[in-house]
Amino acid sequence: MKKILEKMGFEGALSLLVLIAYGILAVYDSNRLENALSTLAGLTARIVPILLLVFGVMFLTNLFFESNALVRFLGKESGYRGWMLAIAGGIVSSGPIYMWYPLLSDLKERGMKDSLIAAFLYNRAVKIPLLPMMVYYFGWNFALVLSIYMVLFSVADGILVQSLMRKGTEG
Amino acid sequence: MALRKNWKAPKDAFSQTGRAFRKSLPILVSVLMLLALADTLIPKQAYRRIFTGNELLDPLMGAVIGSFSGGNPITSYIIGGELRQQGIGMLAITAFLVAWVTVGIIQLPAEALMLGKRFAIARNAVSFCLSIVIAVLTVLTLGMTG
Repeated sequence: MKKILEKMGFEGALSLLVLIAYGILAVYDSNRLENALSTLAGLTARIVPILLLVFGVMFLTNLFFESNALVRFLGKESGYRGWMLAIAGGIVSSGPIYMWYPLLSDLKERGMKDSLIAAFLYNRAVKIPLLPMMVYYFGWNFALVLSIYMVLFSVADGILVQSLMRKGTEG
Repeated sequence: MALRKNWKAPKDAFSQTGRAFRKSLPILVSVLMLLALADTLIPKQAYRRIFTGNELLDPLMGAVIGSFSGGNPITSYIIGGELRQQGIGMLAITAFLVAWVTVGIIQLPAEALMLGKRFAIARNAVSFCLSIVIAVLTVLTLGMTG
C-alpha cells in the first residue's frame, strides 16, 4: 500500500480509488451509475463559474501582491485586520468549500496563517443568500442566533486549529 | 494596500496561477466524483433511521451524519426540516446542519493534499466538536429568549 502511494502519489491513488468505485457501480448497478453521472454533470456545471472566479482571484493576487504584502494582511502580524478579512472573505465567497482550497493553498505558501485559513473556511458556512431558506424551515430567531454563533466560533475554530498545529505560521 | 511596485507581467502571473490550478484539478475532480457517488448511494430517508430520540446520542449522531454528508447546504435545510417534522430534537438537527457545512469527511483527502494533513485533521476535528457546542448554545439561547 505504501509503495503504491509513493509511486502514484496520494492524488493518483485517490483518483484510482474513485474510478474503481465507479467501475464497481457500472458492473453491479448501471442505473445508479447513471444517477451518479448525472449528479456529477450537475455538480460540474454548477462549479465552473466558481472555478473561474477562484482562478481570477488567484491571478489578481499573483499579479498585484508581493508575498510580504499578503503576509502583512493575512500573516503573523495581521492582528484583528486579518481576522476581519478572513471572516468577511469566508462569508462573501460562494460555491463549494473545496473550490477555495487552491487559492488558500497558494496563500498559505505565501504566509497566510493557519488560524485565518480555518476561520475563512468556517465562515463559508454562513451563507447570506441561503438565509431565506433557513428562515423558511427554522424561523428568523434560529437563523439569526445560529449565524451569530457561527461567526463568533469561527475565531475559536481558528485559534484552536492554530494551537493544534506544530508547524506553520504561529498565530 | 501595498501593491507590487513592479507588477509581474500578466503572462507570468497567468502561468503561475495555471500551474497551481493544474496541481489542484485532479483532486477537485476526485472530490466531485465522490460527492456525486455519496449523493446517489445514500438515500435521504436513511437520515431519519439513524436518530433514536436519545437526547445525548442524537446530537452526536447529527454531527457524525452531517460530517459525512456534503453538497449544497439547502439539502441539509430540507433534510433538517423533514427531521423536525418527524419529531427529532433541534439539538440533533442543529448539530447536523452545522457539521454539514463545517466538517467535510468526503473532501478531507483534498483538503489534506492542498492545505496539509495535520491542518485538515485538526480543522475537521475542531469543527466537529464545535458543531455540538454551537448546537447546545443555539438551543439554550433560543430556549431563554422564548
